[in-house]
Amino acid sequence: MIKFTPRRHLTGGLRLPAHKAESTEAPIRKGPLPARLILSTRQHSGDEARPVVSIGQRVARGETLARASDSNGADVHAPAAGTVIAIEPQAVPLGNAVSTESCIVLETNGTDTGSALPLPSITDQDRIEQLTRAGIVGLGGAVYPTAAKIRLARTNSCELLIINGAECEPYISCDDMLMREAPAAIVAGARILMNIVSASRCIIAIERDKPQAIDAMTSAAEEAAIEGLSIAELPSIYPAGGERQLLDVLATTELQSNRYPGELGYLCQNVGTARAVDKYFNHGEPLLSRIVTVTGNAVVNPGNIEALIGTPIRELIEACGGYREKAVRLIHGGSMMGFSLEHDELPVTKSTNCIIAATAYEVRSDAKEWPCIRCGECSIACPARLLPQDLLLAARAQDNPLLETLSLAECIECGCCDVVCPSHIPLTQTFRQAKPAFRRYREQKSFTDAADARYQSRTSRRSEAQQEAELQREALKQSLSSSKSEEIQAAVQRARARKTASPKNDN
Amino acid sequence: MRRVLYALAPAAACYIWFFGYGLLINFIICAFACLVTEAVVLRLRRRTTREALRDNSAILTAALLAFAIPPLTPWWIPATGGMCAIVLGKQLYGGLGRNLFNPAMVGYAILLLSFPVEMTQWVPPRMGDIDYTHLTALAQLVYSMTGELPAELTIDALTRATPLDLLKEGARAGESFSQIRANALFGDFGGRGWEWVGNFLILGGLYLIYAGIIRWHIPVAVLAGLLIPATLLYLLDGARFASPGFHMFSGATLLGAFFIATDPVSAAATVRGRLIYGAAIGVLTYMIRTWGGYPDGIAFAVLLMNGAVPLIDRYTRPRVFGHTNE
Repeated sequence: MIKFTPRRHLTGGLRLPAHKAESTEAPIRKGPLPARLILSTRQHSGDEARPVVSIGQRVARGETLARASDSNGADVHAPAAGTVIAIEPQAVPLGNAVSTESCIVLETNGTDTGSALPLPSITDQDRIEQLTRAGIVGLGGAVYPTAAKIRLARTNSCELLIINGAECEPYISCDDMLMREAPAAIVAGARILMNIVSASRCIIAIERDKPQAIDAMTSAAEEAAIEGLSIAELPSIYPAGGERQLLDVLATTELQSNRYPGELGYLCQNVGTARAVDKYFNHGEPLLSRIVTVTGNAVVNPGNIEALIGTPIRELIEACGGYREKAVRLIHGGSMMGFSLEHDELPVTKSTNCIIAATAYEVRSDAKEWPCIRCGECSIACPARLLPQDLLLAARAQDNPLLETLSLAECIECGCCDVVCPSHIPLTQTFRQAKPAFRRYREQKSFTDAADARYQSRTSRRSEAQQEAELQREALKQSLSSSKSEEIQAAVQRARARKTASPKNDN
Repeated sequence: MRRVLYALAPAAACYIWFFGYGLLINFIICAFACLVTEAVVLRLRRRTTREALRDNSAILTAALLAFAIPPLTPWWIPATGGMCAIVLGKQLYGGLGRNLFNPAMVGYAILLLSFPVEMTQWVPPRMGDIDYTHLTALAQLVYSMTGELPAELTIDALTRATPLDLLKEGARAGESFSQIRANALFGDFGGRGWEWVGNFLILGGLYLIYAGIIRWHIPVAVLAGLLIPATLLYLLDGARFASPGFHMFSGATLLGAFFIATDPVSAAATVRGRLIYGAAIGVLTYMIRTWGGYPDGIAFAVLLMNGAVPLIDRYTRPRVFGHTNE
C-alpha cells in the first residue's frame, strides 16, 4: 500500500551526473545569524507585498513585515528580532533571474533566541488564508503561493496530492537532506495539505538515486499510517521533477499546455513546502528559513544549511568554510536551469534552493560551436517533444510564424538539448532570447486577430442587414408589382368587357 | 566524423585486400580534391577556412565517394567527383549542415551519368580460382596517373562485370537466378570478396550505433525496405528474382544503409521520419535493381529521398507535450 509504481515513462530527458554526493556528507547545518537581513517584499509570483513596518521600528522574530497585496501574494516575516533600518530597492534572485525589488533591511540584534512562537488559532475556513499569512510559497524554486494553488485545486475537487521530492536537477540536495532528517514533518505537512483540499490520495515522489531519503520517508509514512498515502520511486532522469512531468508519470495525465494542474484537481507541492506547512500549523512558525544547498568545487565544505531568509549568500559560503579558490561562476539554482549571480552579497530568498560556487573545471567548457548537422539528438532528449534543430533555424531567422508552428512557447528551458548537442550550440539560450519578440508577435497577433474578427463580424452583420433590407425591398416590390399587375389586369378585363359589350363602331 | 572514418577503416582494408590498392589511390585523390575545393570555395565565400577544413566532413565525403568508384580508374574521375561533391553537393547550399543532398552521392551520380564507361569498369576479387591478371600497386598508380597499362594488357582484359551487372544482363537474356549464380564471381550470398567487405561494413555500422554516432532507425529501415520485398518476391518466384541474401551483400547495400543514408544532414530528423525515409530508400533500391535501368540503385534512392526529407520532416513532427485533444 505504501509503494506506488509509476504508470508511465518520462518523455525525453537525460541521465545526468548528479554531483550531489559532495553536499550530502554532512547533516544540515544551522545557518548563521547575520548582522543584516535583506527581505524582498516580493518573494512570490504575484505583486509586491505592502510593508507594514516603518524605518526605525523594532520587530520581534516572526513578526509580519509586509502583507500580501492580493490573493497571488504571500506575507513576509522577520526571520530574527531586530530593527528596520531601510526600505529600498535592491537586487534579489527570484524565480529564474535577478530582479530589483523593494526590500526591507533588518539589522539584527544578534540574539536570535529561536523561542517558540504562539500557535495560530485557526478555524477550518481560514486555513487557506493562513497559508498566505504564514508566507508559504512553493519552495521548489518557482515560489508560487501555496494558498493560490490550493484554492484552484479545491474548486476542482482535488483528488490527488503529489509531494515532490524528485529533485532531479544536478547539484541540488536540499530536498534529499530534508527528507532524510525531517521525514515526519513532511508527512505531517502532507496530512494537513490533504486535509485542506480533502484529497483522498497522496503520492510522495522521490528519485531512485536517494535511497536514504526513500527509506526515511517510507518508515515515516508507515508510522503515520495515513490512508491513501504512498511513496513512488522515480527513475533518476532529469527533468522528472517537473510538475507536468510528475503528473504525466504518476497520474497518466498529460496536462494541456494552457492548463494548470489545479484545474484538473491535482495539487503538487514540494517537500520543503510540506514541511513549512507543518512548521506553521503545528509549531506556529511562519516561513522564516529554508534549506539551501551550498556546493561546487570552489567551496571548502559543501553542504546544506538551514538559512534565514534574507541572509547574504556570502555568509552562507563562509558558514561552509569559505572559498577554496576563486569561483568562476556563482550559480543560483541547479546547473541546468540556474542563473549566474554577479556577486555574493545578494540575499537568500524563498526561491534559493541551491548556490553553486563553480570552478572553471565545472562550468561547461566554452567548446567551439559548430554548424548544426541535424542529428536530431536534441529532439530525442526534449521532454516537451519539440524539434530544437528546427526551432534553432526559425529563432535565428526570427521567423515568428514558424516558431508558432513549432510551439516555441512549450520550451521549458530545461537545457537537455544543450547537453546532447554534438556541435555545442547554445540552443536554450537562443530560444530564451527569441521568446520576448515571439511573445510580442503573439500579443500583436491576438490583437490583430481580435480586430480582424470584429471587422469580419461587423461586415457580415452589415451584409446580413443589407440582405435583409434587400429582401424586404424585394418583397415590397413584389407585393406592389403584383398588386399593380392585378389592377392592370383588372383594368384590361374591364376594358375588354366594355369592348365586347359595346358594338363595333370603329369603322 | 573522425570516428565514422575509423568505422570505415576495417572494410577499406578488406576491400584493398580483395580488389587492390585502387581504393587507397582514389581516396587520396578524392580527399585532396575535396579539401582543395572546399578551401577555395570557402575563400570565395569569405569564410574562415582553417576550422571548416578541420571538421573531417570533406574527408568523409571523399572516403564514401572512393568506395563508390571502381578501383581501377584514371585520376580525373575521383578528382572530378570530389570537386562536384563539394561544390554542387555542399558549398552551393551554404556548407556543412545546409546541404539538401548527400554530397558523396551527388558526386557519384554526376560521375555515373557523365562517364558511364569508366564508372563501370570493375575488377574481380583476388581469389585463386578466378582467371584474372592482378596489377601491382605501382602499375595501378601508373594507370591512374597516365592511363598506361603494362605491355600486352588491355583494360577490357582486366575488368569484369560485377555480380549486380551479371544479374541485370542475365535477367535481360532470360536466364534464371540459379543460372546466373553459377558464375565463379558469386559466393554464398552476393559477390565473392564483396561479402567480406560487407561483413566489415556491418561491423563498422554496429560500432557507429554502439558509440551513439548514429541511431538504429535508418539502417534497420533501409535493410527492411530492401529485404522484405526481396524475400517476398524470391519466395514467390525464386527463378526470376534474386535472393534477399544476394541483395544484402551486393553493391552498396550495407555501405548505403550504415554510412550513406545515415548522413544526418541530408536524412530526416524525426524518429518516424527516419523510418519512412530509410524504408523508402530500401524499397526504391529494390525497384531500381529489379526493374530499373541501373544495376545498383542505392545512390539514386538516397538522392531521391534526400529531396523528400523536408516534406517527410514536416509531416512527421511529433505531437508536442501538452498538446492533447481533451
